[in-house]
Parts: sequence; structure tokens; C-alpha cells
Amino acid sequence: MTRLAELVLRRARERTGPGTMDATATDRQRWQPRWLRPTVAGLWCEPGRFYIDPTRPVDRAVITHGHADHARPGHRSTLATAETAAIMRARYGDDAGPVESLGYNVPLSLGDVVVRLVPAGHILGSAQVAIEYRGCRVVVSGDYKRRPDPTCAGFEVVPCDVFITEATFGLPVFRHPPDSHEVERLLQSLRLFPERCHLVGAYALGKCQRLIMLLRRAGYDRTIWLHGALVNLCNVYARAGVQLGPIGTVSGGARRALAGEIVLCPPSALADRWARAFPDPVTAMASGWMGIRQRVRQRGVELPLVISDHADWDELTATLDDVGAPGVLVTHGREEALVHYAASRGYRASALSVAGFEDEDD
Amino acid sequence: MRAFAELLEGLTFAPQRNAKLRLMDRYFRQRPDPDRGYGLAALTGDLAFTGAKPALIRELVATRVDPILFALSYDFVGDLAETAALIWPGGSPSASPPSLAAVVETLSGAGRKDVPAFVEGWLDGLDASARYALLKLITGGLRVGVSARLAKTAAAGFGGVPLAEVEELWHGLKPPYLDLFAWLEGRKPRPETRSAIGFRPLMLANPLDEDELDRLDPSAYACEWKWDGIRVQIAAGNGEARLFSRTGDDIGASFPDILADVDFAAVLDGELLVAREREIAPFNDLQQRLGRKAVTRAMMTRYPAHVRLYDILLDGDEDLRGLPLSERRRRLERWYDAHRPGRMDLSPLLEFADWARLAALRASSRAAGIEGLMLKQWRSPYLAGRPKGPWFKWKRAPLTADCVLMYAQRGHGKRSSFYSDYTFGCWRNGGDDATADELVPVGKAYSGFTDAELVELDRWVRRNTVDNFGPVRVVAPALVLEIAFDAVQVSTRHKSGVAMRFPRVHRIRWDKPAAEADRLEALRALIESAATGGEKLASGR
Repeated sequence: MTRLAELVLRRARERTGPGTMDATATDRQRWQPRWLRPTVAGLWCEPGRFYIDPTRPVDRAVITHGHADHARPGHRSTLATAETAAIMRARYGDDAGPVESLGYNVPLSLGDVVVRLVPAGHILGSAQVAIEYRGCRVVVSGDYKRRPDPTCAGFEVVPCDVFITEATFGLPVFRHPPDSHEVERLLQSLRLFPERCHLVGAYALGKCQRLIMLLRRAGYDRTIWLHGALVNLCNVYARAGVQLGPIGTVSGGARRALAGEIVLCPPSALADRWARAFPDPVTAMASGWMGIRQRVRQRGVELPLVISDHADWDELTATLDDVGAPGVLVTHGREEALVHYAASRGYRASALSVAGFEDEDD
Repeated sequence: MRAFAELLEGLTFAPQRNAKLRLMDRYFRQRPDPDRGYGLAALTGDLAFTGAKPALIRELVATRVDPILFALSYDFVGDLAETAALIWPGGSPSASPPSLAAVVETLSGAGRKDVPAFVEGWLDGLDASARYALLKLITGGLRVGVSARLAKTAAAGFGGVPLAEVEELWHGLKPPYLDLFAWLEGRKPRPETRSAIGFRPLMLANPLDEDELDRLDPSAYACEWKWDGIRVQIAAGNGEARLFSRTGDDIGASFPDILADVDFAAVLDGELLVAREREIAPFNDLQQRLGRKAVTRAMMTRYPAHVRLYDILLDGDEDLRGLPLSERRRRLERWYDAHRPGRMDLSPLLEFADWARLAALRASSRAAGIEGLMLKQWRSPYLAGRPKGPWFKWKRAPLTADCVLMYAQRGHGKRSSFYSDYTFGCWRNGGDDATADELVPVGKAYSGFTDAELVELDRWVRRNTVDNFGPVRVVAPALVLEIAFDAVQVSTRHKSGVAMRFPRVHRIRWDKPAAEADRLEALRALIESAATGGEKLASGR
């Protein structure tokens, strides 16, 4: 952190006292649920005897969604939506272990708590976890976004006592433009450079399929070409009823024929040897980080597309008000700004550090 | 502003020159006058606003944004204008945001105290990308990787005319360049510029292919030293004077000492140097003077500027460019005798009977301030651009050093999947523990290898990576690169204390053990100073 930021923060703390910036130890004990707490293996719900998105093999896991840093294989038993279960099976095969699927908004008793999975709008099958215990309801948002996504059910607001929210894009500089605007920029670039292949880095699960659907909605009906690593998950989406239209797989020498076409690949492949031999590629990337110029340059991206599956600042702050939970725990990203904001809006707010998540490409 | 913002964004991230030209061409085609003219002026650096400073941005943001949220955001983003553009809580962009022309014209007519209110209003009406463009525009420094010359190249391409014609007109034109665009679109004749102080595109030389030397007649060529400064043009008349860089940028503000001595009417071609008692200082000294907006008396005393004259293009109103070099040289000498401006002298001609004698002269030239030789056909007229044939540059043979590859980074554009940017180092004694040697970086090279070698280097980097810092790969110190470079200079900005000029990969020494690479002391021994040079300005004639 820069000297300036430290100074401003210190001044603010002196001015407002510790309670509004961060809960003191006693305050935390009063309002934070002691029965749901971070451990080295992940967020642990004691009366329900389960972990949410555990980082290591456990007896019972509740999985919010299929991204690899949330859905890991090898648990003795796993609870997730049917779509997440399908994603885990497609990724891990038998290693996924036994996955019990639970429909959205179907209450299920686990130990002494009642659990519900509620649409989170992040990717296909993504869920918030609502847990009720002795008259207190806690909602773990998992990863979420608020804007409509043609590939998954939209986020549902669940009023609760404590809301545990993600904050991947928890700074007010993150305000993602409309998807349609970004997709139009990709199509515009295709028109300006019709002889260049447009190579778009997109996270294999969720972003890839959403981008395909956004292109279809914008009227793009040509074959969209895929890196091999994206095919498996596209098939999962297709089986779940997401109509992706004509897609093809890039193979060997055929690359030279892809001038003027759109090719999707995992972000890591953009800088990989795989990316060679495409005709004069325009390197694009679809990610919420693409709103920050330095990130764009670091990646060597020529056409940054700000398309994210995470809530931006406006969505995060609006969600706090929509959910209306008096207690807010912020995890998974740039917690400090959102904690500060929530506190300034009169919520009891604190950071909650849960290890093991990465979303640099999202 | 929308279209201008899109243009800037495209230019910022497009690595290829051609893509940048296409983006500018599209902008000129799609935008009406006077917007496109102001866009062009912004890219060539011909717009300047006085009332808008970074402090204004801070003040405006402070009225709208929580200071803690701003501090955290600025910390993350790292750029003031970008942070402000992204964080600005403008509700919804207005249906009719201000045009670039409206912004430029309003600001240039506004009083200093009215500027904040205008800027605030515009910020509210624009989206984030256009807000960024606005803030960069008004505070100066677009930094989109486009030189003034590239922007002029795009304008010339748009009109299908030679770049030289646009450059020659340029300094007689003012934003928003309505006459220029009318001419480029064929609606009006070429704008008239009779200004004495306009820029005349320079005549440039091609590298000499030594195999061709035997086919050239020595008596047909004039020869002079290739001075190691920057090529400039002095244009003066009617009590005004300008100093232009090779690309037509007006750099006079950095060199008031040169312009102070200009009281004549002529257009001269020469080399800008730092010289003490007519002795040329290393390029490094000149670098201290380049790119400064204001220059102090102390700087001028410490690094006195000097122009060594090569050619005369106009004498008074008389255009000499059609005359052969032999005649122009006579005119230059006659002109110089008549005026004798301080801080200027003539670049001497070198006597030589045959190519062998000249080659020996070139081989012996190791002095600071000399880059090699220039060969100019006596009968050549002064032609804009780089015509094939009449002028050759024959640079002295490069120096080389064996260095060890230390870090690699990916390139851009076609090279974006290749580790093509190499930082290399030399050995030195490891400080505290005097028994161990350590590598210290001495330079960075991106060129000099073939495509096939690049593939091999890339593979080697991937197999020998020992660590990563963001996009940078640290490799095992095991590969020796023979680096060619033009000179070594003292540098306080580099850990090694030295900087190479034009380093490039000369050979890849797959065979050589890293421990046998050169030591830093060997490089330091190559540092030049004026005092050690053998070729002080000799009369030559």
C-alpha cells in the first residue's frame, strides 16, 4: 500500500474510532456467528458438520459452484446443484467422489441446520448457501453477479442476519460496462481487421460459454472456434440446454484458415506456444480486470473486453442494501474498501479471510 | 469524445504500427471536421491547455468521492487520471456527450477559474473511457504510443499523399487543420505555406552495403564524419527561428542557447551535439538536454549545445534544394563565412583517395561523438525522405561483449507468445562476500536474431526458468549471448553504472560456459569520454 493510502486510512480510523472501520474483538463476538467460521480447510459450519468450498478433502462439502478453486475433488460426500455436480463429473470424472445434488430453493436439514442453495448468477449451477440455525440466517454468497446472464439462473436476494459477500472487484474503480457494449467492440474490431484472427482469452468455465451466447445475441452466427481445453465444458452447458450454436475445435494446420474468425481459448493459452501460427492475431481477453490499463499491458492484450462473472462495485454495494443484513462479512478480494463502505452505511462489517481462492483470470 | 476515446484505447493497446495507422485512418474517415483535426492535433502534441493540471483532477474527485475509497483505489490502479475516470460517480452518460471539438474550443476560450466547472460538467456526461480520454487530453501526455510523425503518416495515407508533403506544410497549419483535410480529401488545392520557418523534410541515408563499395566511384562522393548527436534543422527568417528534430518536432524550447545565436534567414541541416571548446562530448551529455520543457542556465553551462552544419536548404528566400551537393556545399561555406553564428561550425569534409583509405579511417574512429562515416554523392540534390543511392551511412564496426542471459519477457504483437525481450548481465565481484561473483544486468535487447533463433531462445527460456516476477522470467545463468552495441556510457540509473547504446544480440553462444562471459570491468573500460578520443575536430580539408 502506498504511503498516501496508509495515511488516509490511519487518519480516518483516528477520526471515526475503530468500531466503524473494523469490528473490535468483543463486538465481533456479539454479532458474528460463532458456529460458522474460517478454518484452514475452509469455511466450517459446526452444527451442520460441513465445510463450504473446502480447500482440502473433508467428510462433507457444500460446493457453491464448479470453478476449480471452489469445487475440489476427493471429498467423502459433496452437496451441490445438479449443474455443479455435472461440471465436477466432467472435470474430475470418478475423482469427483459421490455428489448429492440439491435443487435451488429446496430446504435440506444437515445436522442441526437447514441449508438452501439459491441462484447466485455467477455461472451455470452457481449457488449461494443460505444456512439457518436457531433462528439466525446466514447467507454465503459464493461468487456472484447481478446482471443477467443467458447461461445461468439470476441472483436471488435472500434477506438474512449476516451476509458473507465476495469482493473480487471490491473497489469503486470497478464498474463493468454493459456486456453488449463490450461484445460490440469485439465485432467492430472484426470489421476493422477482417484479415486478422481474433483470439479471445476467456475462462474455460462460465466466461467462455457466456461470451458465445452474448455473441449469438448480437447476431454473430458464424462458427466460433475453441481451444481443446474449452470443449468439454461447452458440452456440459449444451447438455444443460444452453444452445451455443455452431462451434468448432482448432486443430493443427487449420489455424492458418482462421483469418477473420473468432477463436476462444483459456487466458493462459494466449501467451502459450499454442497461440502461434494463427493469422496475425488480435489478442483479446474477456475479464473484469481488463478495465485496468496496467493489467491489459501486462497481459499483452490488444483488445481488452471488460466482461466479468463477478459483481462490480455498484452490484456489490446495491446487493448489501437489497439483502439488508445488519451484519456483513467481506471475503475473497479487496475487502477493505467494501468493509469501509458498509460501515459508513451503518452495517456492522468486517473482513473474513478465507484462504485458497484465485481469480486472476476472471 | 466517444470516438476519440475509442481511438486512444485502440492506439494504446495495438502493438503494430499498421494497426495504429488503420485506427487513425478510420478515425479521419468517420469523424467530421473539426473533430478529426483536433484529434490529429492531440496526437501530434499541437494542443496545449494551461488551466488544467493534475491538481485540478484531485480537487474535483475530492468533492465527489470518499477519500478512503479514493486512496485505496488510487493505490490499486496507480494512475491518477485513470483512477479518477473510473471512480467518477457520474450517474448515466448523457445522450449527447460533448464532442472533442466542443471540449477543445471551450477550454481554449475559458478563463482559468472557469475550467473546473467545465471539466466537472463533462465528466458527468461521459462514460469511463471517455472520461479518461478527457483527463489525459486536458492534462497533456496522451501516451498512446504514437509519435507525431506516425500521426502525420496516417493523415498522409488518408489523403494518398507523400508524408514529406504533409511534414513540409505542417508548421504553417493550425488545428483543426480544415484546409489540410480539405486538400487530403481532394476538395481544395494544397494549402499555401510561404513561411520561412516551416519544416523541410530531411534527406536521410541508407546503410552502406560494403560489398557494393567496389562499384562506387570514390571521386563521386563527399565524405564526412557521422556525428553522434541528433539530426536537426534550423529554420529562420523574419526575426523568427525554429529548431526542428529529424521528424519535424519543434525542440527549440529545450535549446534557447542555439536559437539565441540565430539572426539570419536560412534553413540549415546539421547535427545537434554537446561541445566544449569545439570538442564533441559523448551522446550521454546531449541526453541530459533532450526532452526538457525548460532549461536552466546551469544546464546550458554544463552541457553547452552546438550545431555542426551539414547542408543548406534555403538561403534567404532562395531554395537551394534542387542544386547538387557540390554547389550547396560551396554555398554553405560562403554563407558560414558571412555569418559565423556562435555555437555552430561546419562539418569538415574528409580527404580520401580510395575506399581502402576510407575504410582505414573508419576503423580508426573510436572517439566519442563519432558514429562512423557519411558518403554523399556530389551531384545529389536535396531530396526529402530516404532515396536509394545518393547518400550512405557507414557506421563504425560495433563493439561486442559476451553477456549472460538473466531475464526474459514476452514480446508484443506477433511475438506475444515468444520470450523475445532479453535482459543480460556481466560478472562482477559480489560485494560483501568477495569470493563470489555475481551477475549484474547491463542491458536489454530485442533484436539481432533470426526467427529460427527466436524459437530456440524461447524454448531455452521456458526450459531454464527458475523464477517468475509477474511477466518476467528469471532464467538459470547458463546461456551466453554475444551482444553488439555502439558504445558504453556512464549511467546513474542502472545498477551496473553503465548503459549500452543500441544493444542487440550478435550471436548466441550455445557453446560458451557462462562463467567465461565478460566482466563488468571490461565494459567499464569501454566508456568513452571526449578526452580519450583520437579524432578531435580536425580541419579535414
